[in-house]
Amino acid sequence: MELLAALLIGLLLGVGTYLLLERNMIRIVLGTMLITYATNFMLLTSGRLKTGRAPLLGGSEVQAATEGVGGVVVEGISYVDPVPQALILTSIVIGLATTAFAFVLAFRTVQEYGTDDLLELRGVEHD
Amino acid sequence: MTCWSSGGWSMTNLVAYPVLLCFGTGIVELLLHGRVALQRAVALLASLSGIVLAVLLTYTIWTSGIQVQTAGGWPVPFGITLTADLFSGLMMILASIVLFTTLLFVFRDMNPDSERTFFYPVLFFMMAGVNLSFATGDIFNLYVAFEVMLISSYFLLSLGSTGPQVREGLKYLLLNTVASSIFLIGVALLYGVTASLNMADIAAKAAAEPGNPYITLAGILFMVVFAAKGALFPFYWWLPRSYYYVPNAIAPLFAAVLTKVGVYGLVRVFTLIFIHDTGFTHTLLLALGGLTMVLGIIGAVAQHDFKAVLSYNLISHIGYMIMGLGLYSVLSLAGAIYYIAHHIIVKSGLFLVSGATSRITGTTDFRNYSGLLASNPGLAYTFLALAVSLAGVPPFSGFFAKFALLKAAAQQGAWGILAVALAVSLFTLISMIRIFRRAYWGRPSGQRIQRDRKDYIATLTPAVVLLALSAAMGLGGGHMMDFALAAADQLMHPNVYIDAVVGR
Repeated sequence: MELLAALLIGLLLGVGTYLLLERNMIRIVLGTMLITYATNFMLLTSGRLKTGRAPLLGGSEVQAATEGVGGVVVEGISYVDPVPQALILTSIVIGLATTAFAFVLAFRTVQEYGTDDLLELRGVEHD
Repeated sequence: MTCWSSGGWSMTNLVAYPVLLCFGTGIVELLLHGRVALQRAVALLASLSGIVLAVLLTYTIWTSGIQVQTAGGWPVPFGITLTADLFSGLMMILASIVLFTTLLFVFRDMNPDSERTFFYPVLFFMMAGVNLSFATGDIFNLYVAFEVMLISSYFLLSLGSTGPQVREGLKYLLLNTVASSIFLIGVALLYGVTASLNMADIAAKAAAEPGNPYITLAGILFMVVFAAKGALFPFYWWLPRSYYYVPNAIAPLFAAVLTKVGVYGLVRVFTLIFIHDTGFTHTLLLALGGLTMVLGIIGAVAQHDFKAVLSYNLISHIGYMIMGLGLYSVLSLAGAIYYIAHHIIVKSGLFLVSGATSRITGTTDFRNYSGLLASNPGLAYTFLALAVSLAGVPPFSGFFAKFALLKAAAQQGAWGILAVALAVSLFTLISMIRIFRRAYWGRPSGQRIQRDRKDYIATLTPAVVLLALSAAMGLGGGHMMDFALAAADQLMHPNVYIDAVVGR
């Protein structure tokens, strides 16, 4: 499972990087999206890949659950680590806003210059 | 947060106030959309209150140690912790001062259409992100603060929506999106190793296993991220292009504050968490600092445009701050902190002078005009004073900041970086004198936009205020140095920070 996750993250990062090196700006934006997905998946694996119950603990159990790396075991029952999921949620929201704004800027750039090829959009010095 | 819920106006929440003030002001400004006069009044009031709050916070840290606040009252490694030491407090003071002086210029120089288009709300949301970056003690929260700041800065950079702005804005956005992804990979690595996001807790766990290669790997990732956001070699190429198209009125804020947030991030993580392989990481930082200095200044002497010269100078001078971090001693860090303070004040002053000059000439390309000294001596001499301060001539602040850095380098026998730093100072002076000679000296030529005297004085005032601050920081160099040494002492003893947070 760990190997599979590592390969998938590597694949997403690789494809994302390949798209970043393209000249078409929409592909570059798609590349950043794929890299964001790779990092989200990476965050998920940082809480360890394992199955367990939803991390809903009662008041007294919180104290007992303060130890251990990636996920906790309380009274013999395994729970998944909720923190990476919270991080991913935040990251997805931020990624959404940034990507939306990137598409707006890309659209406005195409409107202004009539091309989506970044080699033609290098711009002359301080125009 | 317990004090908050009981309705007390307690000092323990002081760390959060500068952030909350900016967020609150942003929301109020949003509600005042369309009423520019009211928006201006609120902005001015909020920026002044921001200075007061930041000074109060720093004074509290000075008298009673590092301030810690845990949001929601969660026990320490779980909730989000806000932590401010002397360095954070100083950064907040400087950011709010620059916000205030920039606003004075914005009222005169901002394009009225842009000013109406959600300018003030987004400006304050950006400052909330900046203050949160300085105040947070949580590595993921630092990422969020960066994003709040960056998304606002994308908006402000492309405000006006001209062709070059959206084009360069897109490049700036794409670079920062990739850098933010690397930030998250670093966070994931740290969380995988330490199972914590609290920076003090991570630092304690990293100290428990100093040889862990994953922690050094995460350190290198953070170095890349903050180097990209702080415009360090080899990731500085975006800065001269992007900052050129930032509207003149807010360029001082971008140049002085946004890159320093990247520098702050570097200083924070490389004095707190990644301090167990200094032979590798800090030597690398020193090399990056040296290369940034040299390549930045080569760019500066090759440019013919006021804003472009200042932008390349900015890159070059970030190298000095990283040099202080790379040398990694109390004196060198004190020099770096002093230098950051000096640079924020002087660089925003220079961008204000550049903006005031282009209000008269209509362009920032100084091949198109000359001889402003005859018609506008006040402007010319303000520029000259700020320029020599930037280059490090006493009695201004630049001299003492550089002196501390060079003394630290000499003490450690780092002669190479010392020679580079001295040479770059000389070239800084050359690049600034070049502007003075071409733009202000000589026979008057080029077009002049006629404006009344009141407007001239109003646009020059913020720069003069900053010049006075630079002179005060130079003449009161002893006090400033004491403060910088105390702040550096805190940074060099991360246990104080860790105990303040974890030991609660």
